[in-house]
Amino acid sequence: MKLVLSWLKEFVDIDGSLEELAHAMTMIGLEVENIQLIGLAMPEGEHLEHQYSGLTWDKEKVVVAEVSEVMPHPNADRLVLCKLSDGQTEQVVLTGAPNLFDYKGKGPLAKPLKVAYAKEGTTLYDGHQPGKILTTLKRMKIRGVESSSMICSEKELGISDEHEGVIILDDDAPVGMPLVDYMGDAVIEVSILPNMVRDACMLGAAREIAAALNKPLRHPQPKLQGDGPKISGEVAIEITDPNLNPRFVFGMVRNATARPSPYWVQRRLRLAGMRPINSTVDATNYVMLEIGEPLHAFDYDVLKKRAGGKAPTIITRAAKKGEHLTTLDEAERTLDDFTILVTDTAGPLALAGVMGGLESEITDSTRTILLEGASWNFIHTRRTVSAQKLQSEAGYRFSRNIHPALAKLGVELCLSRIAEWSGGQIAMGLVDAYPKPHVDPLIEIAPEEIKHLIGISLTLQEVADLLTRLEFKCHIENAHVTVHCPPHRMDIGEGIIGKADLMEEITRLYGYDRIPSSRIADELPPQRANQQDDFERLVKNVLVSVGLQETINYRLTSPEEEARMFPEQSAKAAREYVELLNPISQDKRVLRTTLIPPMLANLEKNIRHAERLGFFEVGPVFLPEKNDALPREEYHLCIGLAGLHEKKHWDQKKNRGLDFFDLKGYMEVLLDALHVENAVFAPVEHFLFHPGKCSSMRCDEIEFGILGEVHPAVAEKYAFLENPVLIADINMELLLKSLPAVFRSEPVSAYPPVLEDLAMIVPEDMPSREVETVIRSAGGALLTDITLFDVFKGEQIGSGNKSLAYNLTFQSFDKTLTDKAVEKTRDRIIKALEDQIHATVRKK
Amino acid sequence: MEEKKDLIAVLQQIQQKAQDALHSVNSADDLERWKFTYLGRSSEVMQVFKEIPSMETALRPVLGQKANQVKTELEKRLELTHERIQQAALANNIKQQKLDVTLPGRQPERGRLHIATQTLQEIYRILAEMGFQVYRSREVESDEYNFELLNIPAYHPARDLWDTFYTKKEGVILRTHTSPGQIHAMHEYAPDPVRIVLPGMVYRYEQMDASHEIQFNQIELLAVGRNITFGDLRGTLEEFIRRMFGSGVETRLRPSYFPFTEPSAEMDMKCISCNGKGCGVCSGTGWLEILGCGMVHPTVLKNGGYDPEKFSGFAAGLGTERISMLRHGVDDIRNFWANDIRFLKQF
Repeated sequence: MKLVLSWLKEFVDIDGSLEELAHAMTMIGLEVENIQLIGLAMPEGEHLEHQYSGLTWDKEKVVVAEVSEVMPHPNADRLVLCKLSDGQTEQVVLTGAPNLFDYKGKGPLAKPLKVAYAKEGTTLYDGHQPGKILTTLKRMKIRGVESSSMICSEKELGISDEHEGVIILDDDAPVGMPLVDYMGDAVIEVSILPNMVRDACMLGAAREIAAALNKPLRHPQPKLQGDGPKISGEVAIEITDPNLNPRFVFGMVRNATARPSPYWVQRRLRLAGMRPINSTVDATNYVMLEIGEPLHAFDYDVLKKRAGGKAPTIITRAAKKGEHLTTLDEAERTLDDFTILVTDTAGPLALAGVMGGLESEITDSTRTILLEGASWNFIHTRRTVSAQKLQSEAGYRFSRNIHPALAKLGVELCLSRIAEWSGGQIAMGLVDAYPKPHVDPLIEIAPEEIKHLIGISLTLQEVADLLTRLEFKCHIENAHVTVHCPPHRMDIGEGIIGKADLMEEITRLYGYDRIPSSRIADELPPQRANQQDDFERLVKNVLVSVGLQETINYRLTSPEEEARMFPEQSAKAAREYVELLNPISQDKRVLRTTLIPPMLANLEKNIRHAERLGFFEVGPVFLPEKNDALPREEYHLCIGLAGLHEKKHWDQKKNRGLDFFDLKGYMEVLLDALHVENAVFAPVEHFLFHPGKCSSMRCDEIEFGILGEVHPAVAEKYAFLENPVLIADINMELLLKSLPAVFRSEPVSAYPPVLEDLAMIVPEDMPSREVETVIRSAGGALLTDITLFDVFKGEQIGSGNKSLAYNLTFQSFDKTLTDKAVEKTRDRIIKALEDQIHATVRKK
Repeated sequence: MEEKKDLIAVLQQIQQKAQDALHSVNSADDLERWKFTYLGRSSEVMQVFKEIPSMETALRPVLGQKANQVKTELEKRLELTHERIQQAALANNIKQQKLDVTLPGRQPERGRLHIATQTLQEIYRILAEMGFQVYRSREVESDEYNFELLNIPAYHPARDLWDTFYTKKEGVILRTHTSPGQIHAMHEYAPDPVRIVLPGMVYRYEQMDASHEIQFNQIELLAVGRNITFGDLRGTLEEFIRRMFGSGVETRLRPSYFPFTEPSAEMDMKCISCNGKGCGVCSGTGWLEILGCGMVHPTVLKNGGYDPEKFSGFAAGLGTERISMLRHGVDDIRNFWANDIRFLKQF
């Protein structure tokens, strides 16, 4: 919302600097975004809290002047020479402004034209270049006529982009006065919070400023009273549903003539961001910007014609689904049943609160103006605005709830302005349909309540004084203040909600910055652990401790991106997705169902930036549920490895690519850190993985994950380098189930261990885990550790075989072991290996 | 007699010769050879010992004594030389082993949490010390929890505050804030007091640019109890900001609007980049909007299962990637989910 400083000053005295004003506005909730100076000097000081832009008008060089005659240029048709006085000297000034051509060659003007005049050396914006390019006026000859000064357009003075003609000031402008003193201004742009639409107008903002500065507020008063024949009998109003349309007011002006508005009106409208149209339309917009009530003007004669020459009846109602109306932007609109319509007996006239219809719109030939002020259900208005994708000043305000009291005030003010600017007579009285008057809330609030919620101590009188500044009517009664909401507030609730709303008003005026900081004194809640969060943190910390980098990816993806992980020949599992209705782009239109594709993409993206990549991500995947509208959010851990086993180094002799066992090692370390003791790795087939290099991970029959080397057919679709890519995918919820509630430590033996090696030949496909199981169970308590240190395949041991060699550690907790004791155990292990798995054990 | 004198002279010559030879011994091998030559079985000293029995009895003791002296002396010198050689060898070895200490070391791989996680964990730690515990809730939410129960009815203008991703299932959306967790937590904990931090990924339908993402982490604080005040909110947030950005950081509180809080406020922090002078980071204002907050709206308390006549609460929320950006001078939020190792490894 663009607030015009001079306009605000009509309602409240502002003495301080712009910077102080803007700070006060921000601190009361009208956050100032930027300030545009219209001729005023840039504030001084090093630390300006706001952004300023705009042009400063030199007091000496830019002044009010008058043109007494407009003469033709001897050598150019499109230029004229103006006889001009700036109060000190008379001179001839050259201009090409089309709006002066009408006066050309008419001799001395009966009524001189007041203009904004810039003398030689003035710096202002170049009117002939797009944008805001500064230029300084210099003496030069244009078509043989000397020129050093200028009659200015709004664009040149930085008021607006208007450059069609020069500014013609109102007649009362004093010649010779510095222009900045006559009409220097500032436009303060503020953001209006959704519950503060009451401040989307000059009066509303001025009210907040007056309250913040503790100054009185001046209310606008209609200047002219009705002097024409009464309005009653000329039009009837029929409100079908007071819930949709609580109030509807009509006023009338007869014999009005649309013409250009006074210059100061046009300037204010432009500064506030609206285009002047003509004096009648401008009056409606002016009043909207002034008090916040959007108004609508009908051509009464059109309505009367539609009613067959009789007095029209205006009916407000909900649209029928599929009903049509052509709005004044010439769009034919198909309506929904939530849209509210202003109609007459012949059909729809306007989209209530949003935009008028084309047919009944006022034109230059309109003589009798029927002026509507109304209030509309904000929810319905907002739905219409969004369904019709129709942004308008009226729609913006009505969709945020406007008080019905403003309908009448708006009409009264506007009638007066129309009569003032367009001429004509105001019809006596109004037609005012207000079937269900709005009841402004009445709230009781006590200082203790404020102390309890806000933490500040105020007296009853202080509470009343603060609220009175914002025009709440306050009565002190015993221990509380009874507060009556003023007839422009729609954001204050009833009862306890109203109390909370008032607390904000009181605190705002008291000053948020004066609230004393305190430490929470309330009792501490019962402490609860967050098992999921603790577990994730533990897992992440373990993975970080072994050198892996965490990644976080978009949860949004596309089915095509996820399908990259399927090998071509494999049947693509038909996946169900949580699909977005309004995706931002096609590649982010569903929620991911697996962490693997983003991990592969991360590895692919980075493989050229590092010789060794080790990534992990922990996060949810989103799995649609049959019997629930909401998907299951399943947390997974994905680990991805690619590249070389070791980072390159200057004395490195050899290096190999990362492989399955590197990844498995990370998993083992993780499981060890989590004290998951009985995890089982078992070969499994999965479309993503190399069929011989893939393992499931289970614990107590719960399969919690899978790991392996990415299938060459899948890897081929990514720009990986030659080394294999390894992926593990773990369901965090299932893994969490495998965690022991507690784990115990074991004592350390004081007696020396006996170390033995054991080598054997077994069939090649014998899983090493099986061998280990046999060794462990035969070894009993004395066998404390088994480490596989060699696996060998070769002709020497016969094809189809492999040799496994283990370090065995024997240790007792109560004595030093004798060779004999160890030998007994060792023999038992060998026998078990021979009997149970037919291993050929190499004897000592 | 002559014989005796001769042998003594011989012994002296032997000693002299051996000692002379020892001067040029500089290696263990040379020393071994010297030992063989001058102290070995067939060495001249040993020859003298062998000759002694054939000498006159009277001469024997003198000769024996002298021969022993020579042998002992040579052995002593052998020992000294041995030591000298060893010292020299060690010195030489050490010299040989000299490294170019300016060569790069072999660096073990250091793992890292994503910067977003690091910031979140730091926030958790600070808030945990202030009694706030982590409460997580789902990312795909119902309209009811994301909006309705938070006092944001359908079609209400307050909905304009959030650009929402809708799913194809009616009433199912991607949460626009972690606030639905407030309702979940209150339902779970009522009537106990609540003091929690709600973290997690939230989603906004936005055009992505250097400062806007469709997905970002947010944390919210929620405290509900019988005596929670706006002053408590301010004190808690100031403490939090000081812990995050340093004790000298200046903050201010100004009115704002959120449908689920009343009164509502926004907390600004003096720009840490320019110290309040005005720069690109703070758009020249000297202040950075850092978080939105307020007292929990009575309707929200009621929807959470708390009687607003008896309970009050505060809530505050902030985007944590923005915090990371401010603290580490990251100028483009799109870096966060791009997972470029060159970005990630800087943290």
